[in-house]
Amino acid sequence: MTKQIVFAIALLITLGVFTFTILRIISFFKLTKKAFPVRDFGKRFGVMMEVAFGQTKIFRKPILGFLHALVFWGFCVILIGSIEMVIDGLFGTEKVLKFLGVFYNIIMASGDIFALLIAISIAVFLFRRVFLHVKRFEGIEMKKISHLDANIALSIILLLMLSLLGMNSAYYSHTSLIGGTIEGVYPVSKYLSAIFSGLTVESVLVQYEIYWWMHILLIFAFANMLPYSKHFHVFMSVPNVFLSRLEPLGKLPNMDNVTREVKLMMDPNAAFAAPAADAPIERFGVKDAEDASWKNYFDSLACTECGRCTSVCPANITGKKLSPRKVMMDLRARMKEKGPKLIKNGKDFTDNKSLIRDYISEEELWACTTCNACAKECPININHPTLIVDMRRYLVMEEGSAPKEVKAMLSNIENNGAPWQYSSEDRLLWAVDLEMNVR
Amino acid sequence: METRKIEVPVMADLFAKGEKPEYLFWVGCAGAYDDRYKKVARAFAKILAHLNVSYAVLGKEETCTGDPARRAGNEMLYQMQALQNIEIFKMYEVKKIITICPHCYNIFKNEYTDLGGNYEVINYVQLLDKFMEEGKLKIDASSLTNDRITYHDPCYLGRANDIYNEPRTLLKAITTNYVEMDRSKSFALCCGAGGAQMFKEAEHGNKEVFIERTEDVLKTNPKIIATACPFCMTMMTDGLKYKNKEEEIKNYDIAELIAISLGL
Repeated sequence: MTKQIVFAIALLITLGVFTFTILRIISFFKLTKKAFPVRDFGKRFGVMMEVAFGQTKIFRKPILGFLHALVFWGFCVILIGSIEMVIDGLFGTEKVLKFLGVFYNIIMASGDIFALLIAISIAVFLFRRVFLHVKRFEGIEMKKISHLDANIALSIILLLMLSLLGMNSAYYSHTSLIGGTIEGVYPVSKYLSAIFSGLTVESVLVQYEIYWWMHILLIFAFANMLPYSKHFHVFMSVPNVFLSRLEPLGKLPNMDNVTREVKLMMDPNAAFAAPAADAPIERFGVKDAEDASWKNYFDSLACTECGRCTSVCPANITGKKLSPRKVMMDLRARMKEKGPKLIKNGKDFTDNKSLIRDYISEEELWACTTCNACAKECPININHPTLIVDMRRYLVMEEGSAPKEVKAMLSNIENNGAPWQYSSEDRLLWAVDLEMNVR
Repeated sequence: METRKIEVPVMADLFAKGEKPEYLFWVGCAGAYDDRYKKVARAFAKILAHLNVSYAVLGKEETCTGDPARRAGNEMLYQMQALQNIEIFKMYEVKKIITICPHCYNIFKNEYTDLGGNYEVINYVQLLDKFMEEGKLKIDASSLTNDRITYHDPCYLGRANDIYNEPRTLLKAITTNYVEMDRSKSFALCCGAGGAQMFKEAEHGNKEVFIERTEDVLKTNPKIIATACPFCMTMMTDGLKYKNKEEEIKNYDIAELIAISLGL
């Protein structure tokens, strides 16, 4: 009974803190702008199955992609075991899901095997981060804290897997010793249970309890640490894929407020049909965190800083300052800084800083070729180019700020309908004296 | 060999005569003004004549789609261009548009739709691929059959619109010595000119993007680097010059290679 009470208290604290965190994040989402409407659930489900559960995009880098896929698929299976542990902890039951029979054996067996595979994968990841200089994990945005964040999360996952294997082995060993029925199948822990040989029944049981508590408390702690770290990815990536932009990568979202203005300009009569003028004037483009759409912010929270985007960015590869990963990290950091102040002081609050310039320089924004390599590469369908263009929209339409050659190009289009300074009278010169051979 | 003069049909003239072509051939600003790319427009017009396609161009009534303005952040200017073009298309009852420039293709296909412009938009590689599949476009004895050709994927055909196979099918009909770069298809590296970069100096870095990409090209040791975009063409030509390879390696658009293969 004591165990159940202690467990219930631990679970209550976990859920309490988690609820607090999530409500806080939802309040940040309320500050953001609208994006596309979420429709086509069937199609979205398909994308989620393919990209998230099928892990198809992470396989663009096959070897490490495979290791990540093992971790992801393993998490999915092990999650079922964790749910069982919560039920057992609350109601004092033991292996409550055993009624699933064969399914239970399959779940337990694959969870047991995955625990080992995940532990190995995580060890490889940690080794790469700590001992090898992987270019993808470097860059101006990768501060000491970013590396620490990654290494702590990986270490916790490693501990989670080791405690799970310890728990399974002790369970196997103890149940064998007392001659009970072993519920579930444990292909790995069966062999690991040898480490408990020679111990008394009581001390194996103590070991089991220690591993059990260690595993579940680590899960509780980890779950509450995640939203404050880049590993929020664990919660956010699958929904982020579900909420993907479904349009072709080449398509930029239309600015309907601009359409209204342009139509007014072209047809003054339409002014009477226009909506009431007392609607608040929206800022064009994105200057600060709250100008970004909910999807941009979702992207930034789901990003785990893997750097696949930056590693394929033509600007970054050739030494320019732009890093698509940094754009996502900057949006997240700026919201973390400004969000609470906006909530406290109202939406007109300003701290005389902004996402543009204080976080992301104009130089970075103008280096983008909109080639979409970043968006194509992102394993969880983050879309960086739309946000970058939205920030250019702010610069150009609100501030009239652009490199001078870009300004020249824009005025050429305005004056003679082409990015170059040629007359439209010359548009057919290419077709003069055109001949072809005929046989 | 005989030659035949080609009159490129202009929409306004056809309409005056009461005729209506099947396709609008959107030449684009590069096709109209860029000296190198004019040759591509000419090559494609020859192919259209060879295939007896019913088409017309807008000529002096053509104006920028607004793509560079849009990607440079000037949504206002883009939408003015777009709405102006949509009006002209409406006037000429345009239903099908052929583009040679991938940027024009992308904006018509994906973005004009938000402003009420819905057309069947076809990039020329798709059109030629379709004609080849139907047997109307036959490349029997290509003079380029032994030439080693590699292809640079334009971002706005490839990643932006998933057009990877058509250009390859066409090139493999031209040569038996097609070679792929390490970074190709969805992994292809940008030439460096998209997103309005074409019209400005690059930001400070340690290398130009087009040089990085040209190095990818050189690794395949080709005789011809094929492209399908005016911006990529400029960049690849500059890259070959920079590497002093413009004598050994030629940069052609797929339309030009088809025209050469057909002996037009």
